[in-house]
Amino acid sequence: MEAGMVTPAPALVRFSGIQKTYDGEHLVVKNLDLDIRKGEFITLLGPSGSGKTTTLMMLAGFEVPTHGEIYLADRPIKNVPPHKRDIGMVFQNYALFPHLTIAENIAFPLSVRKSSKADVQDRVRAALRMIKMETFAHRRPGQLSGGQQQRVALARALVFNPQLVLMDEPLGALDKRLREQMQLEIKQLHETTGITIVYVTHDQSEALTMSDRIAVFNDGIVQQIDKPDALYEHPVNSFVAHFIGENNVLPGTVETVERDYCRVALAGGGTVAARAVNVSGAGASTSLSVRPERVAIVRDGSASEGPNRLPAKVQNTIYLGDHALAVLDVAGNGEFMVKLQPGAHHGLPQGECVFITFRPEDCLALDPV
Amino acid sequence: MTDALLTGADASTEVPLKRRLRRTERTRQLKALALVAPLLVFLLFTFAGPIAGMLWRAVDDREVRQVLPNTLAALAGWDGKDLPDETAYAALASDILAARASGTIAIAAKRLNYALNGFRTILTSTARNLKSEPERGTAKETLGRINPAWRDRATWTTIRDAGGPVTSFYLLAALDLTRNVDGAIVAAPPDQAIYRSLFARTFIISLSVTALCLILGFPVAYLLATLPPARSNLLMIFVLLPFWTSLLVRTCAWIVLLQSKGVVNDSLLWLGIVDEPLRLIYNRFGVCVAMTHVLLPFMILPLYSSMKAISPAYMRAAASLGAPPLTAFLRIYLPQTLPGIGAGSLLVFILALGYYITPALVGGAADQMISYFIALYTTETANWGLASALGAVLLLATVLLALVYGKLVQGQQVTGGMKN
Repeated sequence: MEAGMVTPAPALVRFSGIQKTYDGEHLVVKNLDLDIRKGEFITLLGPSGSGKTTTLMMLAGFEVPTHGEIYLADRPIKNVPPHKRDIGMVFQNYALFPHLTIAENIAFPLSVRKSSKADVQDRVRAALRMIKMETFAHRRPGQLSGGQQQRVALARALVFNPQLVLMDEPLGALDKRLREQMQLEIKQLHETTGITIVYVTHDQSEALTMSDRIAVFNDGIVQQIDKPDALYEHPVNSFVAHFIGENNVLPGTVETVERDYCRVALAGGGTVAARAVNVSGAGASTSLSVRPERVAIVRDGSASEGPNRLPAKVQNTIYLGDHALAVLDVAGNGEFMVKLQPGAHHGLPQGECVFITFRPEDCLALDPV
Repeated sequence: MTDALLTGADASTEVPLKRRLRRTERTRQLKALALVAPLLVFLLFTFAGPIAGMLWRAVDDREVRQVLPNTLAALAGWDGKDLPDETAYAALASDILAARASGTIAIAAKRLNYALNGFRTILTSTARNLKSEPERGTAKETLGRINPAWRDRATWTTIRDAGGPVTSFYLLAALDLTRNVDGAIVAAPPDQAIYRSLFARTFIISLSVTALCLILGFPVAYLLATLPPARSNLLMIFVLLPFWTSLLVRTCAWIVLLQSKGVVNDSLLWLGIVDEPLRLIYNRFGVCVAMTHVLLPFMILPLYSSMKAISPAYMRAAASLGAPPLTAFLRIYLPQTLPGIGAGSLLVFILALGYYITPALVGGAADQMISYFIALYTTETANWGLASALGAVLLLATVLLALVYGKLVQGQQVTGGMKN
């Protein structure tokens, strides 16, 4: 994914040194540099208040950067008003115009561009066919369900073939099942139209499902931009490791560093070998990250096959249908999760002492939390 | 409330489930009814009752019947094509004598004088000069000698038409119409035909005030709906301030401001913009200014509530879809404020129609509205019939407007698309 391996598509959008403050004291976005490639589906992911929505609003033109410049197709757009940016947008609450019918809503961006009547009719019909809602053309938005309204909002944002489509938590108001269905529909739409989509969400599973690349925001800074699998496997710091997927944290101190690996003395006792991802050197405090599905539980303490074996005590087991979780007490962390095959949790009575093992490459030494 | 009760009763016979539902709902509805009952009773006595009374007075006509009963009985068979026969004259003579004895001549004279100018003199002079009951067969001649008007067919049709017990006379008069000697409806003589132009003036002043309120109120309501809460609350206090001051005080304040030696004229003179004081009050300008000031909150508040319900996301969506600000405003924002514009305009217009104090204080003779004349007829000349008829016409116009508005609003029911 680094430059040189594959020639990346040219950047459609470039954020260059963007800063944004609302009150003149706190920067909501601190020094953002971000390239969005033509045709990609990029997600801005982060907790609320991390600056992701502000970034989207600056791109849409509803907020002006305090510092820096945004380029759209190599043209600076900081001072271009929103209606001249040629960017489609889907809002969290759909923002369908309640006094217009579905067909009129979809026709709106075409009619303000003064397209011919016949052209508008053809394209509205095509858009309605795309979202499979031809029969709803003359209904009002208020008569539609949430999912249908969302489809119309999508069609309206796409019908004028914008260079870029922005989506601001568009599925936030839908229930889980519908949300998952819409995720797939949006992804399919992206694949068939090839349009560039910038998607904002705080839901990491939504981001993993849909995105080509994800930019993880925290505290006004992009922590990491990468493909979904790379973010999960190779987080650059504790925040990303914690925000994407489930994660166990063990605090400790680095004893020795040897090329890519290091030995860490755990605060709760014991030492383990870990991949040195984000440690400054020997003596530095660190925070280890281990995914629940990369840990195995063994009963026999003497069976020594790996360097990482720690004693653990079963606190609890949770049955979750397709899998089960064991909650263990490991080196002072009372909420250490281990993913099990369904059924395996029966053999782990509460209070039993066991051992856990994991490979050094599955244990990441990151910045202290 | 009563609607809900009625529809519930209609549907109850079909399905037992509906009946059960109605039974469970009934207690709740009765409770609700009990809660609004005091207001309903209050409204019945202070609102519905007086309006019914007013409508009745507009057609009530029993004064002449009470004073001249025998005359009217004798005229019952009269075809109106010629002068009535001797029996009518004799009946009239005996009625007049009886009325003079009981002192009720003036009542009939006043009513008949409305219909035929000068009738008061005819009746009172006859009463004065008729010493005793004329001899059998000479009544026609005697009365004709006392006042030649008794030889005029119109005098007699006037008495017959005022016979009651109900009449269209006042309502026709309120519309500048009258009945001629043959009972056909014709235009009133020009010197009496003032009410149509009066209604037109009332409507024109009300329309101008409504338009002014809309033009001035729309931006204020927009600010109120879009400013951050702290500042919009302050602004709201300024909007509501007029409600805390008496109408009379506010109107008089405009007199102080606008009179020829008032603040506005002094400032204009001092600035050298005008050479002599402008006439700003006791004319149409003063009336419109003062009424707009008084009625502005009634426009702003409905506008504000309709604008408050419009999410800023709509305007953002319109902009992101390529609409320039003006287009977005005209095609997205404005249509959604239409219910507010309608409600505000209707409220201001209807209130303005009935305005009395403000035009009376700051208007000239040519700016008096219909309420001024209604007040005049009730308090000065005690012509309750005409006052009620004018009121009834005004009420009818208002109800028609309200119905039209209701139809319009129903026609384009806006259902919200936002789910928050």
